Amino acid sequence: MDTMLFMADVLVPALLQGLVITLELIVAAAPFGFALGVVLAVGRTYGGRLTSYLCRAFVAFIKGCPLLLLLFMLYFGLPSAGISFSPFVAAMIGFICCNAAYNSEYIRGALLSVKDGQMIAAQALGMTRLQSIWLIVLPQALRRAIPGITNEFIYLIKYSSLAYMLTIIELSGAGKIVATKYFTYNETFMMVGAIYLVLVTITTVSADMIEKKVAVPGTTGR
Amino acid sequence: MHDDEYILKVENIRKSYGQTVVLDSVSFNVRKGDTKVFIGPSGTGKSTLLRCINQLTVPDSGRVWLNGEEVTHSGSRINYFRQKMGMVFQNFYLFDHLTAVRNVEIALIKVKGMPAKEARKKALLELRQVGMEDWADHYPAELSGGQAQRVSIARALAMDPDVMLFDEPTSALDPELTREVLEVIKNLARDGTTMLVVTHEMGFATSVANEILFMEGGRIAEQGSPQELLSDPRFSRTKNFIGQFREFDREM
Amino acid sequence: MDAVSILIEWFPYLLSGVVFTLALVLASLGLGVLFGLPMALGQVYGTRLARTCVGVFVWFFRGLPVLVLLFLFYYGIFPSLNLDLPAFVVAIVVLGLRGAAYQSQIFRGAIQSIGEGQMIAARSVGMSRFQAIRSIILPQAMRIALPGWSNEYPNVLTDTAVCYAIGVMELLTRTSQIVSQTYVTMPIYIAAAGIYILLNYSGMKCLSLVEEKIKIPGFGHQSEESHA
Repeated sequence: MDTMLFMADVLVPALLQGLVITLELIVAAAPFGFALGVVLAVGRTYGGRLTSYLCRAFVAFIKGCPLLLLLFMLYFGLPSAGISFSPFVAAMIGFICCNAAYNSEYIRGALLSVKDGQMIAAQALGMTRLQSIWLIVLPQALRRAIPGITNEFIYLIKYSSLAYMLTIIELSGAGKIVATKYFTYNETFMMVGAIYLVLVTITTVSADMIEKKVAVPGTTGR
Repeated sequence: MHDDEYILKVENIRKSYGQTVVLDSVSFNVRKGDTKVFIGPSGTGKSTLLRCINQLTVPDSGRVWLNGEEVTHSGSRINYFRQKMGMVFQNFYLFDHLTAVRNVEIALIKVKGMPAKEARKKALLELRQVGMEDWADHYPAELSGGQAQRVSIARALAMDPDVMLFDEPTSALDPELTREVLEVIKNLARDGTTMLVVTHEMGFATSVANEILFMEGGRIAEQGSPQELLSDPRFSRTKNFIGQFREFDREM
Repeated sequence: MDAVSILIEWFPYLLSGVVFTLALVLASLGLGVLFGLPMALGQVYGTRLARTCVGVFVWFFRGLPVLVLLFLFYYGIFPSLNLDLPAFVVAIVVLGLRGAAYQSQIFRGAIQSIGEGQMIAARSVGMSRFQAIRSIILPQAMRIALPGWSNEYPNVLTDTAVCYAIGVMELLTRTSQIVSQTYVTMPIYIAAAGIYILLNYSGMKCLSLVEEKIKIPGFGHQSEESHA
């Protein structure tokens, strides 16, 4: 088959379909990964002994265990315990845990870098501990954590390809199917790679813009 | 004398860190409109004392009352008492991610539940009081130390506190910036604001205080009006201490 | 047979996967230094062309998912070069190149953090540029890079599991094989996770011992680009 024709008729439509699934996975997982990351970081930094320990153990487990193994546990393992997820939900849970664990490390670092005085001043005004964290410490910490969170978002884009191992036909999977069927491995995976590079580059540029937009003089610590 | 006369009562506050006794049974009472100034060598617990009053540091023992209500052991009501005791810190501790006016209004909105519009109006009014109205939209990093400290005073005043606690408000400032901040505090004293001030500014202490408390080794060693302390031979330690500072000032 | 005895029966098989997993990790870290260091030097001291080449290489290998890289090399590039390489070798090449891309940036940051003065001083005592880099800049830069480089270890370790996708007989592949043979799922997965976590922490422990050993008093450590 003519290369151009193959591209236009087969490859691009298939990859676009896969891309939609990839984007769905990322968009569905990222907000929860961020939110859970904040919770884990706050729990570890400000929680009681037990909370802090549990958060730390969770992060250590997720960081130590390969994501693919985690996905297998969620999809193939949990049904034996009577818990079954669809491939998409299993993948999403895995991505959220992974994203959250790494995010929490950056956010925790940023929380610790906020000077003690901020918390003291907030409490001196009569704010509760939770209010002080939520209104004063977190907004400063999150700004500083943007580069790290961006980094993790890029990892999420790339890790989303592992969903294919749970039979989800996302971008990489769509590529694999087309490549196998038409025996066009080089073109297909180059194209797939190019799409990932575009996604990564868009992320980097938008994150820079966001960071500039929310920047406050003197608080970025850079 | 009746208890009710006192707006703030501090009774037998003790605090140690490990083996080091920082506060050794400190007691005093404050009437409405009083300006009490704490002086003394560094490390004698003056700042810790202020923080024990609003429980930012929890004392080992002793009690504090504000308007007849116990502040110590007050559980979550401590947040109410802290609103009533405005605190100004040596290093300002302005919220770095908020503009001057947001710094002043945030607790009004989030702690007092004041509507945003009203809070903004009040915040601007407080900023005007300290001469910082024109800087309302600037971030802390864009302010000089003196300006930042004035904003932090406005932030504390906005809560309509019964007592103001000043913890070495000018120690982090250059001399000329010190003056602008002391001016603001003097005006507050003149307007009858009740305040406790920890400071090393002896000129300010002797001119504004109606009582000076000289602390040494975690205790109030001597206390009295500026006139008494400077003239009465019984208060030799305070006089010596102030004298040292005066000489030091001259040498500078 | 209950899960425990199945686990005991298959455990040696599982453990022999560790050999492959560790080989992949060592290849990635070793090739990472072998290629990453010259790449970093090229990026800092090289010509414009060298800088561009390294830049593109890094952008490519860091921007693509491991899975896509593995597919590309295993099914695409090597076969079209008429190279019929076993999956294990392909995995070593891919993880090695990928390691080089990531680690070159750690080395680059470290080299750039060495003050200008060191180079000037070295040249002033008559060293050539090359000598200065080799005996003055690099010994300092490598120490600075070490913490960040050590941080690559857990990342590389967990990435090796993706080689399952092209059938390398490493830990995760064997784990799945056992699962499909025995129909015992969770206990096997948890055993595998335990092994990974053990490898992770013991490896980190070893690396921090090395760090401790080569530390120079008063010489600042700073980690660059340490991806979590």
